Amino acid sequence: MHWFTCCGEYFLYDVESGSLHSVDKIIYDILEGKTEGYTAEDLSDAKAEMDELKKLGLIDAPAPKVDNLILGDEVKSICLHLSHDCNLRCKYCFAGQGAYHGERMNMPIEVAKAAVDFLIEKSGNRHTLEIDFFGGEPLMNMQVMKDTVNYIEEQCKIHNKKFKLTTTTNGILLSKEISDYLNEKMDNVVMSVDGRKSVHDNARPTPNGKGSFDLIIDKFKYFRSIRGNKDYFIRGTFTHDNLDFSKDVLYINELGFDQISMEPVVLPESNPMAITEKDLPGLLAEYETLVSEYISRRKDKSSWFSFFHFLVELENGPCYKKRLVGCGAGGEYLAVTPDGNIYPCHQFAGEKDYLIGNVFDKKLNEDIRNIFKNSNLMTKSACKNCWARYHCSGGCNANAIHYNGDINKPYNLACALVKKRLECALYVYAKEFGEIY
Amino acid sequence: MKHIKTVVSPKLNVVNSGSGCGECRSSCQSACKTSCTVGNQVCEQKIAIHNKQRKK
Repeated sequence: MHWFTCCGEYFLYDVESGSLHSVDKIIYDILEGKTEGYTAEDLSDAKAEMDELKKLGLIDAPAPKVDNLILGDEVKSICLHLSHDCNLRCKYCFAGQGAYHGERMNMPIEVAKAAVDFLIEKSGNRHTLEIDFFGGEPLMNMQVMKDTVNYIEEQCKIHNKKFKLTTTTNGILLSKEISDYLNEKMDNVVMSVDGRKSVHDNARPTPNGKGSFDLIIDKFKYFRSIRGNKDYFIRGTFTHDNLDFSKDVLYINELGFDQISMEPVVLPESNPMAITEKDLPGLLAEYETLVSEYISRRKDKSSWFSFFHFLVELENGPCYKKRLVGCGAGGEYLAVTPDGNIYPCHQFAGEKDYLIGNVFDKKLNEDIRNIFKNSNLMTKSACKNCWARYHCSGGCNANAIHYNGDINKPYNLACALVKKRLECALYVYAKEFGEIY
Repeated sequence: MKHIKTVVSPKLNVVNSGSGCGECRSSCQSACKTSCTVGNQVCEQKIAIHNKQRKK
Protein backbone atom coordinates (compact mmCIF):
# COMPACT_ATOMS: atom_id res chain seq x y z
CA MET A 1 0.00 0.00 0.00
CA HIS A 2 1.05 3.56 -0.57
CA TRP A 3 -0.53 6.55 1.13
CA PHE A 4 0.23 10.09 0.11
CA THR A 5 -0.97 13.66 0.03
CA CYS A 6 -1.33 15.81 -3.04
CA CYS A 7 -2.56 19.41 -3.04
CA GLY A 8 -3.68 18.95 0.57
CA GLU A 9 -5.81 15.85 -0.02
CA TYR A 10 -5.20 12.30 1.21
CA PHE A 11 -5.04 9.10 -0.81
CA LEU A 12 -4.41 5.40 -0.42
CA TYR A 13 -3.22 3.38 -3.41
CA ASP A 14 -3.07 -0.38 -3.31
CA VAL A 15 -0.16 -1.59 -5.40
CA GLU A 16 -1.31 -5.08 -6.35
CA SER A 17 -5.03 -4.53 -6.86
CA GLY A 18 -4.49 -1.10 -8.43
CA SER A 19 -7.27 0.33 -6.25
CA LEU A 20 -7.26 4.03 -5.47
CA HIS A 21 -9.06 5.48 -2.46
CA SER A 22 -9.65 9.00 -1.31
CA VAL A 23 -9.34 8.97 2.48
CA ASP A 24 -9.78 11.44 5.30
CA LYS A 25 -7.06 12.61 7.65
CA ILE A 26 -7.89 10.02 10.32
CA ILE A 27 -7.12 7.16 7.96
CA TYR A 28 -3.97 8.89 6.76
CA ASP A 29 -2.78 9.51 10.31
CA ILE A 30 -3.48 5.91 11.34
CA LEU A 31 -1.36 4.74 8.40
CA GLU A 32 1.34 7.14 9.53
CA GLY A 33 1.11 5.72 13.07
CA LYS A 34 -0.23 8.99 14.49
CA THR A 35 -3.28 8.30 16.61
CA GLU A 36 -3.01 11.08 19.20
CA GLY A 37 -5.93 13.48 19.36
CA TYR A 38 -8.52 11.02 18.05
CA THR A 39 -11.21 9.37 20.15
CA ALA A 40 -11.24 5.60 20.54
CA GLU A 41 -14.52 5.54 18.63
CA ASP A 42 -13.09 7.49 15.68
CA LEU A 43 -10.11 5.19 15.47
CA SER A 44 -12.24 2.10 15.78
CA ASP A 45 -14.60 3.26 13.00
CA ALA A 46 -11.71 4.09 10.68
CA LYS A 47 -9.93 0.81 11.29
CA ALA A 48 -13.16 -1.11 10.70
CA GLU A 49 -13.47 0.53 7.27
CA MET A 50 -9.92 -0.47 6.41
CA ASP A 51 -10.65 -4.04 7.51
CA GLU A 52 -13.68 -4.03 5.24
CA LEU A 53 -11.58 -2.93 2.27
CA LYS A 54 -9.07 -5.61 3.03
CA LYS A 55 -11.80 -8.26 3.04
CA LEU A 56 -12.91 -6.98 -0.37
CA GLY A 57 -9.35 -7.34 -1.69
CA LEU A 58 -8.98 -3.60 -2.23
CA ILE A 59 -6.08 -2.98 0.13
CA ASP A 60 -3.18 -5.19 1.10
CA ALA A 61 -4.06 -7.39 -1.87
CA PRO A 62 -1.62 -10.21 -2.63
CA ALA A 63 0.53 -10.22 -5.77
CA PRO A 64 -0.66 -12.46 -8.59
CA LYS A 65 1.28 -15.52 -9.59
CA VAL A 66 3.07 -15.03 -12.88
CA ASP A 67 4.08 -18.38 -14.27
CA ASN A 68 5.53 -17.58 -17.62
CA LEU A 69 7.90 -14.68 -18.15
CA ILE A 70 9.85 -16.28 -20.95
CA LEU A 71 10.16 -13.70 -23.68
CA GLY A 72 10.03 -14.64 -27.32
CA ASP A 73 12.47 -13.61 -30.02
CA GLU A 74 10.00 -11.45 -31.87
CA VAL A 75 10.81 -7.85 -32.69
CA LYS A 76 7.87 -5.49 -33.03
CA SER A 77 9.33 -2.04 -32.90
CA ILE A 78 12.27 -0.21 -34.43
CA CYS A 79 13.72 3.21 -33.78
CA LEU A 80 15.00 4.00 -37.27
CA HIS A 81 17.84 6.53 -37.21
CA LEU A 82 17.20 8.12 -40.59
CA SER A 83 19.92 10.66 -39.97
CA HIS A 84 22.92 10.89 -37.74
CA ASP A 85 23.11 14.56 -38.44
CA CYS A 86 21.27 17.51 -37.00
CA ASN A 87 20.61 21.15 -37.80
CA LEU A 88 20.55 22.13 -34.12
CA ARG A 89 23.22 21.84 -31.45
CA CYS A 90 21.16 21.21 -28.31
CA LYS A 91 23.38 21.50 -25.29
CA TYR A 92 21.99 18.43 -23.50
CA CYS A 93 21.85 16.14 -26.54
CA PHE A 94 22.60 12.52 -25.61
CA ALA A 95 23.41 11.86 -29.25
CA GLY A 96 26.48 14.06 -29.60
CA GLN A 97 24.54 16.87 -31.33
CA GLY A 98 23.08 14.34 -33.74
CA ALA A 99 26.18 12.42 -34.82
CA TYR A 100 26.11 9.89 -31.96
CA HIS A 101 29.83 10.51 -31.41
CA GLY A 102 30.57 9.17 -34.90
CA GLU A 103 30.40 10.26 -38.51
CA ARG A 104 27.57 12.55 -39.60
CA MET A 105 25.57 10.60 -42.17
CA ASN A 106 22.11 9.89 -43.52
CA MET A 107 20.59 6.44 -43.83
CA PRO A 108 20.54 5.17 -47.45
CA ILE A 109 17.22 3.81 -48.70
CA GLU A 110 18.75 0.33 -49.05
CA VAL A 111 19.40 0.25 -45.28
CA ALA A 112 15.92 1.56 -44.47
CA LYS A 113 14.29 -1.10 -46.66
CA ALA A 114 16.48 -3.81 -45.14
CA ALA A 115 15.41 -2.61 -41.67
CA VAL A 116 11.74 -2.90 -42.67
CA ASP A 117 12.38 -6.40 -44.07
CA PHE A 118 14.23 -7.32 -40.87
CA LEU A 119 11.37 -6.11 -38.70
CA ILE A 120 8.75 -8.01 -40.69
CA GLU A 121 10.84 -11.18 -40.72
CA LYS A 122 11.54 -11.04 -36.98
CA SER A 123 7.99 -10.08 -35.99
CA GLY A 124 6.61 -13.61 -36.06
CA ASN A 125 2.89 -13.54 -35.34
CA ARG A 126 2.86 -9.94 -34.13
CA HIS A 127 0.43 -8.05 -36.29
CA THR A 128 0.98 -4.44 -35.21
CA LEU A 129 4.53 -3.20 -35.78
CA GLU A 130 6.07 0.20 -35.13
CA ILE A 131 8.71 2.40 -36.65
CA ASP A 132 9.85 5.71 -35.18
CA PHE A 133 11.67 7.86 -37.70
CA PHE A 134 14.35 9.28 -35.46
CA GLY A 135 17.68 11.03 -35.61
CA GLY A 136 19.60 13.24 -35.33
CA GLU A 137 16.99 15.09 -37.26
CA PRO A 138 14.99 12.75 -39.51
CA LEU A 139 13.64 15.51 -41.75
CA MET A 140 17.22 15.97 -43.01
CA ASN A 141 16.62 12.72 -44.89
CA MET A 142 13.09 13.40 -46.07
CA GLN A 143 13.20 11.60 -49.40
CA VAL A 144 14.33 8.40 -47.72
CA MET A 145 11.50 8.76 -45.20
CA LYS A 146 8.99 9.04 -48.04
CA ASP A 147 10.51 6.12 -49.94
CA THR A 148 10.54 4.03 -46.76
CA VAL A 149 6.88 4.83 -46.05
CA ASN A 150 6.00 3.79 -49.62
CA TYR A 151 7.92 0.54 -49.12
CA ILE A 152 6.19 -0.11 -45.79
CA GLU A 153 2.79 0.38 -47.42
CA GLU A 154 3.66 -2.21 -50.09
CA GLN A 155 5.06 -4.72 -47.62
CA CYS A 156 2.10 -4.36 -45.22
CA LYS A 157 -0.23 -5.74 -47.84
CA ILE A 158 2.10 -8.57 -48.82
CA HIS A 159 2.73 -9.71 -45.24
CA ASN A 160 -0.60 -8.72 -43.64
CA LYS A 161 1.00 -6.42 -41.07
CA LYS A 162 -0.11 -3.10 -39.68
CA PHE A 163 2.51 -0.41 -39.08
CA LYS A 164 2.21 2.48 -36.66
CA LEU A 165 4.58 5.25 -37.66
CA THR A 166 6.03 8.06 -35.55
CA THR A 167 8.35 10.93 -36.39
CA THR A 168 10.32 12.93 -33.85
CA THR A 169 11.44 16.32 -35.18
CA ASN A 170 13.01 19.58 -34.07
CA GLY A 171 10.87 21.43 -36.64
CA ILE A 172 13.57 23.36 -38.50
CA LEU A 173 12.69 21.77 -41.86
CA LEU A 174 8.97 21.37 -41.17
CA SER A 175 7.52 23.12 -44.24
CA LYS A 176 3.77 23.14 -44.86
CA GLU A 177 4.24 20.44 -47.48
CA ILE A 178 6.12 18.20 -45.04
CA SER A 179 3.57 18.95 -42.31
CA ASP A 180 0.76 17.84 -44.61
CA TYR A 181 2.70 14.69 -45.47
CA LEU A 182 3.44 13.80 -41.82
CA ASN A 183 -0.14 14.54 -40.85
CA GLU A 184 -1.34 12.04 -43.43
CA LYS A 185 1.19 9.27 -42.85
CA MET A 186 2.20 9.39 -39.19
CA ASP A 187 0.23 7.94 -36.29
CA ASN A 188 2.15 10.19 -33.94
CA VAL A 189 4.39 13.21 -34.43
CA VAL A 190 6.66 14.33 -31.61
CA MET A 191 7.80 17.95 -31.85
CA SER A 192 10.52 19.33 -29.63
CA VAL A 193 9.87 22.57 -27.77
CA ASP A 194 11.38 23.29 -24.35
CA GLY A 195 8.96 26.04 -23.36
CA ARG A 196 9.54 29.74 -22.98
CA LYS A 197 11.58 31.32 -25.76
CA SER A 198 14.49 32.14 -23.46
CA VAL A 199 14.59 28.57 -22.13
CA HIS A 200 14.28 27.01 -25.58
CA ASP A 201 16.86 29.32 -27.17
CA ASN A 202 19.35 28.67 -24.38
CA ALA A 203 19.14 24.89 -24.65
CA ARG A 204 18.48 24.42 -28.36
CA PRO A 205 20.75 26.73 -30.41
CA THR A 206 21.48 26.51 -34.11
CA PRO A 207 25.02 25.55 -35.25
CA ASN A 208 25.90 29.26 -35.38
CA GLY A 209 24.81 29.74 -31.78
CA LYS A 210 21.51 31.55 -32.31
CA GLY A 211 18.22 30.59 -30.70
CA SER A 212 15.88 28.31 -32.63
CA PHE A 213 12.51 29.14 -31.05
CA ASP A 214 11.46 31.63 -33.74
CA LEU A 215 12.49 29.18 -36.46
CA ILE A 216 10.17 26.43 -35.34
CA ILE A 217 7.20 27.66 -33.37
CA ASP A 218 4.97 28.84 -36.22
CA LYS A 219 5.68 25.58 -38.07
CA PHE A 220 4.52 23.57 -35.07
CA LYS A 221 1.45 25.80 -34.74
CA TYR A 222 0.58 25.08 -38.37
CA PHE A 223 0.98 21.35 -37.77
CA ARG A 224 -1.32 21.58 -34.75
CA SER A 225 -3.88 23.46 -36.81
CA ILE A 226 -4.19 20.63 -39.31
CA ARG A 227 -3.77 17.71 -36.88
CA GLY A 228 -7.34 17.53 -35.54
CA ASN A 229 -7.75 14.70 -33.02
CA LYS A 230 -4.83 12.61 -34.23
CA ASP A 231 -1.91 11.99 -31.90
CA TYR A 232 0.96 14.40 -31.58
CA PHE A 233 3.11 15.60 -28.72
CA ILE A 234 4.97 18.77 -27.96
CA ARG A 235 7.88 17.23 -26.14
CA GLY A 236 10.27 19.29 -24.07
CA THR A 237 13.24 18.70 -21.84
CA PHE A 238 13.84 20.57 -18.63
CA THR A 239 17.25 21.01 -17.05
CA HIS A 240 18.92 22.62 -14.06
CA ASP A 241 18.51 25.91 -15.96
CA ASN A 242 14.70 25.81 -15.77
CA LEU A 243 13.75 24.06 -12.57
CA ASP A 244 10.56 26.14 -12.72
CA PHE A 245 9.53 24.02 -15.70
CA SER A 246 5.82 24.22 -14.89
CA LYS A 247 5.95 27.70 -16.43
CA ASP A 248 7.26 26.15 -19.64
CA VAL A 249 4.53 23.51 -19.76
CA LEU A 250 1.86 26.13 -19.18
CA TYR A 251 3.41 28.47 -21.75
CA ILE A 252 3.33 25.71 -24.38
CA ASN A 253 -0.36 25.22 -23.56
CA GLU A 254 -0.93 28.98 -23.97
CA LEU A 255 0.58 28.75 -27.45
CA GLY A 256 -2.35 26.52 -28.38
CA PHE A 257 -0.96 23.02 -27.86
CA ASP A 258 -2.93 20.44 -25.92
CA GLN A 259 -0.76 17.30 -25.88
CA ILE A 260 2.38 18.05 -23.94
CA SER A 261 5.25 16.07 -22.48
CA MET A 262 8.16 17.51 -20.50
CA GLU A 263 10.99 15.18 -19.52
CA PRO A 264 13.80 15.76 -17.03
CA VAL A 265 17.20 15.89 -18.70
CA VAL A 266 19.53 12.94 -18.15
CA LEU A 267 23.12 14.13 -17.88
CA PRO A 268 26.19 13.31 -15.76
CA GLU A 269 26.32 15.31 -12.54
CA SER A 270 29.42 17.14 -13.77
CA ASN A 271 27.39 18.88 -16.49
CA PRO A 272 26.07 22.29 -15.33
CA MET A 273 22.66 21.54 -16.89
CA ALA A 274 22.32 18.26 -14.99
CA ILE A 275 19.56 17.74 -12.47
CA THR A 276 20.99 16.62 -9.14
CA GLU A 277 19.73 15.36 -5.79
CA LYS A 278 19.84 18.94 -4.49
CA ASP A 279 17.24 19.94 -7.06
CA LEU A 280 14.78 17.26 -6.00
CA PRO A 281 12.74 19.04 -3.28
CA GLY A 282 12.10 21.97 -5.59
CA LEU A 283 11.19 19.71 -8.51
CA LEU A 284 8.73 17.70 -6.47
CA ALA A 285 7.03 20.93 -5.41
CA GLU A 286 7.08 22.09 -9.03
CA TYR A 287 5.09 19.04 -10.14
CA GLU A 288 2.51 19.85 -7.47
CA THR A 289 2.33 23.45 -8.68
CA LEU A 290 1.79 22.16 -12.19
CA VAL A 291 -0.88 19.63 -11.28
CA SER A 292 -2.91 22.24 -9.46
CA GLU A 293 -3.04 24.51 -12.52
CA TYR A 294 -3.48 21.46 -14.79
CA ILE A 295 -6.71 20.47 -13.05
CA SER A 296 -7.95 24.01 -13.34
CA ARG A 297 -7.17 24.35 -17.07
CA ARG A 298 -8.77 21.01 -17.93
CA LYS A 299 -12.13 22.33 -16.75
CA ASP A 300 -12.26 24.76 -19.67
CA LYS A 301 -12.28 23.40 -23.23
CA SER A 302 -10.23 26.36 -24.50
CA SER A 303 -7.32 25.67 -22.13
CA TRP A 304 -7.69 21.88 -21.73
CA PHE A 305 -4.51 19.90 -22.25
CA SER A 306 -3.05 16.51 -21.46
CA PHE A 307 0.32 16.18 -19.78
CA PHE A 308 1.97 12.88 -20.61
CA HIS A 309 3.18 12.14 -17.08
CA PHE A 310 -0.12 13.04 -15.45
CA LEU A 311 -1.95 10.39 -17.45
CA VAL A 312 -2.52 7.04 -15.83
CA GLU A 313 -4.57 4.13 -17.07
CA LEU A 314 -6.01 2.48 -13.96
CA GLU A 315 -8.69 0.26 -15.49
CA ASN A 316 -7.59 -0.61 -19.01
CA GLY A 317 -3.84 -0.55 -18.65
CA PRO A 318 -1.24 -3.03 -19.83
CA CYS A 319 -1.20 -6.70 -18.79
CA TYR A 320 1.16 -7.96 -16.12
CA LYS A 321 3.67 -9.26 -18.59
CA LYS A 322 4.05 -5.81 -20.10
CA ARG A 323 4.32 -4.22 -16.66
CA LEU A 324 7.07 -6.63 -15.67
CA VAL A 325 9.07 -6.25 -18.86
CA GLY A 326 8.77 -2.52 -19.58
CA CYS A 327 10.07 -0.91 -22.75
CA GLY A 328 11.32 -4.11 -24.37
CA ALA A 329 14.68 -2.60 -25.38
CA GLY A 330 17.03 -5.25 -26.70
CA GLY A 331 14.12 -7.65 -27.08
CA GLU A 332 11.06 -6.58 -29.00
CA TYR A 333 12.35 -3.01 -29.40
CA LEU A 334 15.59 -2.25 -31.25
CA ALA A 335 17.33 0.72 -32.83
CA VAL A 336 18.86 0.73 -36.32
CA THR A 337 21.55 3.29 -37.20
CA PRO A 338 22.27 4.72 -40.70
CA ASP A 339 24.85 2.00 -41.42
CA GLY A 340 22.31 -0.72 -40.61
CA ASN A 341 23.77 -1.60 -37.23
CA ILE A 342 21.36 -2.80 -34.59
CA TYR A 343 21.46 -1.69 -30.95
CA PRO A 344 19.19 -2.39 -27.95
CA CYS A 345 17.72 1.12 -28.18
CA HIS A 346 18.52 4.59 -29.46
CA GLN A 347 20.50 5.40 -26.32
CA PHE A 348 23.11 2.75 -27.14
CA ALA A 349 23.63 3.76 -30.79
CA GLY A 350 27.32 3.71 -31.62
CA GLU A 351 28.39 1.82 -28.46
CA LYS A 352 30.44 -1.15 -29.67
CA ASP A 353 29.80 -3.15 -26.52
CA TYR A 354 26.10 -3.09 -27.32
CA LEU A 355 26.22 -3.82 -31.06
CA ILE A 356 23.66 -6.57 -31.62
CA GLY A 357 24.02 -7.08 -35.37
CA ASN A 358 23.24 -5.57 -38.75
CA VAL A 359 20.05 -5.56 -40.80
CA PHE A 360 21.83 -7.10 -43.79
CA ASP A 361 23.21 -10.24 -42.15
CA LYS A 362 20.29 -10.56 -39.71
CA LYS A 363 22.36 -12.63 -37.29
CA LEU A 364 21.82 -11.20 -33.82
CA ASN A 365 24.14 -11.32 -30.84
CA GLU A 366 21.80 -13.10 -28.45
CA ASP A 367 24.21 -12.68 -25.52
CA ILE A 368 23.62 -8.94 -25.61
CA ARG A 369 19.89 -9.35 -26.19
CA ASN A 370 19.74 -11.69 -23.20
CA ILE A 371 21.21 -9.04 -20.88
CA PHE A 372 18.03 -7.09 -21.59
CA LYS A 373 15.58 -9.95 -21.94
CA ASN A 374 16.69 -11.43 -18.61
CA SER A 375 16.15 -8.16 -16.77
CA ASN A 376 12.69 -7.27 -15.50
CA LEU A 377 10.90 -5.99 -12.41
CA MET A 378 11.63 -9.20 -10.55
CA THR A 379 15.41 -8.97 -11.10
CA LYS A 380 15.65 -5.38 -9.79
CA SER A 381 15.94 -5.48 -6.02
CA ALA A 382 15.21 -1.76 -5.62
CA CYS A 383 11.87 -2.26 -7.38
CA LYS A 384 10.60 -5.27 -5.48
CA ASN A 385 8.99 -3.21 -2.74
CA CYS A 386 8.46 0.02 -4.64
CA TRP A 387 4.82 1.07 -4.82
CA ALA A 388 5.22 2.58 -8.30
CA ARG A 389 6.76 -0.49 -9.91
CA TYR A 390 3.86 -1.49 -12.14
CA HIS A 391 3.78 1.96 -13.72
CA CYS A 392 7.44 2.51 -14.63
CA SER A 393 8.30 -1.19 -14.98
CA GLY A 394 11.72 -0.70 -13.43
CA GLY A 395 12.62 2.44 -15.35
CA CYS A 396 14.90 3.06 -18.28
CA ASN A 397 17.44 0.27 -18.73
CA ALA A 398 19.81 2.55 -20.63
CA ASN A 399 19.89 4.99 -17.72
CA ALA A 400 20.55 2.13 -15.29
CA ILE A 401 23.49 0.93 -17.37
CA HIS A 402 24.93 4.36 -18.13
CA TYR A 403 24.64 5.73 -14.59
CA ASN A 404 24.99 2.70 -12.36
CA GLY A 405 26.78 0.25 -14.65
CA ASP A 406 24.12 -2.34 -13.94
CA ILE A 407 20.87 -2.91 -15.80
CA ASN A 408 19.27 -4.06 -12.55
CA LYS A 409 20.10 -0.87 -10.61
CA PRO A 410 17.63 1.86 -11.59
CA TYR A 411 18.68 5.50 -11.80
CA ASN A 412 17.60 6.88 -8.40
CA LEU A 413 16.91 10.42 -9.42
CA ALA A 414 14.47 9.29 -12.10
CA CYS A 415 12.74 7.04 -9.55
CA ALA A 416 12.02 9.97 -7.24
CA LEU A 417 10.52 12.00 -10.07
CA VAL A 418 8.49 9.09 -11.42
CA LYS A 419 6.91 8.53 -8.02
CA LYS A 420 5.92 12.18 -7.62
CA ARG A 421 4.48 12.31 -11.15
CA LEU A 422 2.48 9.19 -10.47
CA GLU A 423 1.05 10.63 -7.26
CA CYS A 424 0.00 13.67 -9.27
CA ALA A 425 -1.53 11.42 -11.95
CA LEU A 426 -3.51 9.50 -9.33
CA TYR A 427 -4.68 12.80 -7.87
CA VAL A 428 -5.87 13.96 -11.29
CA TYR A 429 -7.65 10.66 -11.84
CA ALA A 430 -9.40 10.93 -8.48
CA LYS A 431 -10.42 14.55 -9.07
CA GLU A 432 -11.79 13.87 -12.54
CA PHE A 433 -13.31 10.40 -12.21
CA GLY A 434 -14.04 9.90 -8.54
CA GLU A 435 -15.34 11.42 -5.37
CA ILE A 436 -12.91 13.00 -2.98
CA TYR A 437 -13.08 13.80 0.70
CA MET B 1 -18.12 4.50 4.38
CA LYS B 2 -17.42 7.55 6.53
CA HIS B 3 -13.68 7.73 6.07
CA ILE B 4 -12.90 6.17 2.68
CA LYS B 5 -14.25 6.79 -0.79
CA THR B 6 -13.03 4.27 -3.36
CA VAL B 7 -12.15 6.01 -6.62
CA VAL B 8 -11.45 2.88 -8.66
CA SER B 9 -11.12 -0.80 -7.82
CA PRO B 10 -9.85 -2.68 -10.87
CA LYS B 11 -8.53 -5.73 -8.91
CA LEU B 12 -5.62 -6.03 -11.30
CA ASN B 13 -4.09 -8.87 -9.32
CA VAL B 14 -7.14 -11.00 -10.10
CA VAL B 15 -8.14 -9.98 -13.61
CA ASN B 16 -5.03 -8.57 -15.22
CA SER B 17 -2.91 -11.61 -15.93
CA GLY B 18 -3.20 -10.82 -19.65
CA SER B 19 -1.82 -12.74 -22.55
CA GLY B 20 1.20 -10.58 -23.26
CA CYS B 21 0.04 -10.43 -26.88
CA GLY B 22 2.46 -7.59 -27.61
CA GLU B 23 0.05 -5.64 -29.79
CA CYS B 24 0.39 -2.55 -27.61
CA ARG B 25 2.75 0.33 -28.27
CA SER B 26 6.37 0.18 -27.16
CA SER B 27 6.52 2.68 -24.34
CA CYS B 28 9.57 4.46 -25.71
CA GLN B 29 7.86 5.10 -29.04
CA SER B 30 5.52 7.63 -27.51
CA ALA B 31 6.73 10.86 -26.08
CA CYS B 32 9.38 9.98 -23.60
CA LYS B 33 12.51 8.35 -25.03
CA THR B 34 14.16 8.73 -21.64
CA SER B 35 11.63 7.42 -19.14
CA CYS B 36 9.89 4.09 -19.16
CA THR B 37 6.26 5.12 -18.89
CA VAL B 38 4.13 2.01 -19.10
CA GLY B 39 1.33 2.81 -16.65
CA ASN B 40 -0.42 5.30 -18.90
CA GLN B 41 -0.67 2.93 -21.84
CA VAL B 42 -3.88 1.23 -22.75
CA CYS B 43 -4.19 -2.49 -23.45
CA GLU B 44 -5.06 -2.97 -27.12
CA GLN B 45 -7.38 -5.80 -26.20
CA LYS B 46 -9.58 -3.74 -23.94
CA ILE B 47 -12.10 -1.19 -25.02
CA ALA B 48 -10.36 2.06 -24.35
CA ILE B 49 -12.01 4.45 -22.01
CA HIS B 50 -8.71 6.25 -21.95
CA ASN B 51 -9.90 8.84 -24.44
CA LYS B 52 -11.76 10.39 -21.55
CA GLN B 53 -8.39 11.43 -20.26
CA ARG B 54 -6.48 12.00 -23.44
CA LYS B 55 -8.89 13.87 -25.65
CA LYS B 56 -11.07 16.85 -25.13
